[in-house]
Amino acid sequence: MLLRHTPKEVAERTALTISPAKTCQPIGAMYAALGVHACLPHSHGSQGCCAYHRSALTRHYKDPIMAGTSSFTEGSSVFGGQANLLQAINNIFITYDPDIIAVHTTCLSETIGDDVHQIVTKAIEDGKVPDGKKVIYCNTPSYVGSHVTGFSNMVAGIVRGLAASAGTKTRTVNIIPGWVEPSDMREIKRIAKEMGVSIILFPDTSDVVDSPQTGKFQMYPDGGVTQAEMALTGDSVMTLALGAFASEAGARQLDISFKVPFEMLDIPIGLSATDRFIQALSRAAGVEIPDSFVAERGRLVDVITDMAQYFYGKKIALFGDPDQLIPLTEFLMDLNMIPQHIVSGTPGKKFRKGIERVTGDLFETINVKNGAQADMFLLHQWIKNDKPDLIIGNTYGKYIARDEGIPFVRMGFPILDRVGHSYFPTVGYTGGIRILEKILDAFLNHKDATCSEVEMELVL
Amino acid sequence: MTRVLPQRKDQVQCKGSGASPMACERHSVAGSVSQRACVFCGSRVVLYPVVDALHLIHGPIGCAAYTWDIRGALSSGPDLHRMSFSTDLREKDVIYGGEKKLETALLELIEEYHPRAAFVYTTCIVGIIGDDVDAVCKRVGERVGIPVFAVHSEGFKGTKKDGYRAACDVLAKLVGTGDTRGISPFSINILGDFNIAGETWMITEYYRRMGISVVSTITGDARVDDIRRSHGAALNVVQCSGSMMYLARRMEQDYGIPFTRVSYFGMEDTSQALFAVARFFNDSEILARTSDLVEKETARVMEEINQYRRHLNGKKAAIYVGGAFKAFSLIKALRMLGMKTVVVGSQTGNAEDYERLRAMCDEGTVILDDSNPLELASFSQQKNADLFIGGVKERPMAYKLGMAFCDHNHSRKYALAGYQGMLNFAKEVYSSVMSPVWKFSPRAGKRGAQ
Repeated sequence: MLLRHTPKEVAERTALTISPAKTCQPIGAMYAALGVHACLPHSHGSQGCCAYHRSALTRHYKDPIMAGTSSFTEGSSVFGGQANLLQAINNIFITYDPDIIAVHTTCLSETIGDDVHQIVTKAIEDGKVPDGKKVIYCNTPSYVGSHVTGFSNMVAGIVRGLAASAGTKTRTVNIIPGWVEPSDMREIKRIAKEMGVSIILFPDTSDVVDSPQTGKFQMYPDGGVTQAEMALTGDSVMTLALGAFASEAGARQLDISFKVPFEMLDIPIGLSATDRFIQALSRAAGVEIPDSFVAERGRLVDVITDMAQYFYGKKIALFGDPDQLIPLTEFLMDLNMIPQHIVSGTPGKKFRKGIERVTGDLFETINVKNGAQADMFLLHQWIKNDKPDLIIGNTYGKYIARDEGIPFVRMGFPILDRVGHSYFPTVGYTGGIRILEKILDAFLNHKDATCSEVEMELVL
Repeated sequence: MTRVLPQRKDQVQCKGSGASPMACERHSVAGSVSQRACVFCGSRVVLYPVVDALHLIHGPIGCAAYTWDIRGALSSGPDLHRMSFSTDLREKDVIYGGEKKLETALLELIEEYHPRAAFVYTTCIVGIIGDDVDAVCKRVGERVGIPVFAVHSEGFKGTKKDGYRAACDVLAKLVGTGDTRGISPFSINILGDFNIAGETWMITEYYRRMGISVVSTITGDARVDDIRRSHGAALNVVQCSGSMMYLARRMEQDYGIPFTRVSYFGMEDTSQALFAVARFFNDSEILARTSDLVEKETARVMEEINQYRRHLNGKKAAIYVGGAFKAFSLIKALRMLGMKTVVVGSQTGNAEDYERLRAMCDEGTVILDDSNPLELASFSQQKNADLFIGGVKERPMAYKLGMAFCDHNHSRKYALAGYQGMLNFAKEVYSSVMSPVWKFSPRAGKRGAQ
């Protein structure tokens, strides 16, 4: 009864966010930077930001998350943070010896007007950046956009700082996967390998935040896109950017700098989006789609047909990040379900358009809101007015699920109370089967636990 | 070889080599992967368990998002503290100021939830854009008739300790505003226990059995009205001295209430705490009841604890905690299990704390102030620790090293205070140290390389 105070009547709020469906930019920048090999993310601001981001990512991944901080004091906020950042860069290279430092800003350093570009230039001039080492950076003011914006900004920062061209075009395809799990990145690499396509995936957090227990503490785990790989992205034939919110800025930057054309796609969540991704990859690389994918796809379709009766007409409330929600909504439509309430704290008009694109005629009947006041409180109010059969979202959905007795599937960021997301992908055809398994488990566990004894059946 | 930042060399010591005092209470070195948080974090931690107050975070969304229901500070009633309220400042507010937005948000929330008081936390950016949060709080407070206070917790204005102090300032404003009639002369306030996993309830029950009534549990399952009348208690009993000593001193100064510092971690410290309170009241019946309680509770858990001790005897532990006071108790509690502390550190200890730590530890123990993962991993590995005790950020690091782990921070799921808590602690340490998983860990078999 944690949420007993949520009133059913939806009233206009102007100044207030209650139980947010987003968080702030810097954590996204930190996560993106972890997808570069031997890169230490650095938070240019107060110590707390860095501690909170590291804790949140640690809770989600159950892995050590490393990042430095400029440790602002009252003095730095009056006189500017240049001295702190210069000292930090110096200390980090001497003591922690990363290949790359990825600096992101915070609301504090943005508001006092620190110019990170100028500070990094000075650090290089002062000889604080050893040969072969790099400092990359991006601006992530916490009062603009959301955590997804921060991810996107750091992806663009990675391109600005590390992308290069040797001058000879290759047949390699760049893939920017967006804010997905390490398991998803691993799956995208598997798909490309099986198709025989050479790709450079960035950022790539697989083997970084899902590292094995080895008996050693590795400050920089084995994974992550390398500097050498990034230096070839300017020669690639094309970039596939998955998810407009997280990946378009980086793809556009590559186009501007090195004339690498890009194609915008949805993250391959569900059947249709995966079809489009596989086709786009095959087109970009000029390869045939192997039969093995026809079989993989067939298995997903087979599960859908086997269990179709349980999907039909079910109403779903979902919340999270735009790039995930759009293809997920499309998948629910493909499953004959009804996406009913959709909330994302991340602002941007593309979201509504994306949902409209995948829901067609149904769009007018769906509750959709993103940006200001699109929070868990609003979602709960909608749910009280029109109860769905299932909620899909990050861990924060568990309050509503419990309060209203609705089955709940965890997908998105953060997941603070379960494991699995690091290891089992939700992208691709196989990932689609996993989503189905989770949805069916939620429905059928609920049915088995709550139905009358008469209705209790062995075979479902 | 452990890499230590050059500026941090005098914040790392090894007992037995050199005797210069520990350098501490410094700002962290820029660039360090410090495990510390900020001023806001300190304030949020201390006030969070005031469960019937409204906690509104004035700033961009992150500060509210990251502190939303992450601490298991349990409530026996209202749960308003577990919601996340934010003014979610946007670029426009940063330019034109957020006062109007704050006032609207406060009024909307107070009308909706009828809290007993409201706390407005200021974040970094509010300190820069210069919103007059005190004025807004005063205005709203007068209009709605409940205490509405600004918590001056801009992240950059010091360390977590300064945040404790900002929170104590707010609590001090509440204290003394309630009616103290009917309070027993044998009464105390409990300060600095956060009711993680229900610990405050266990402790309150001990005092009840001793015949002592508790006026306010100021930082655990706290109620605004109880805090307002807490100046009617005869004694303040302070745990986690880092956060609450400031309030205890102020209450001594303003209301003449003496205080005593205690710890409820480990049986030795728990017994000491209960006897200290009993002796304060100097009442033979209370003393007799206390002796009885200590005897019964000890007898109840001792046998089982000894069973764990048999397995844990001789094992080594590394400790890294927020406040040094907790480390003292942990070293003693580990000793009771036959375990030796080989690395110990804190985020916010002072010179006196480190002196005491040095006195308590065995020769060769590494003592650290404001440490980081690289040092922690390296020293605990060097010292061949079997167990690491720390918080959320240290857990996966310890596991990667093939080390057992016990969370003694706010993520703990079992009460670790009092007698039952010692048993839970022994059980938790045992379950991790003796877990069969270490059979599969590369670290297994490589021990003894000290």
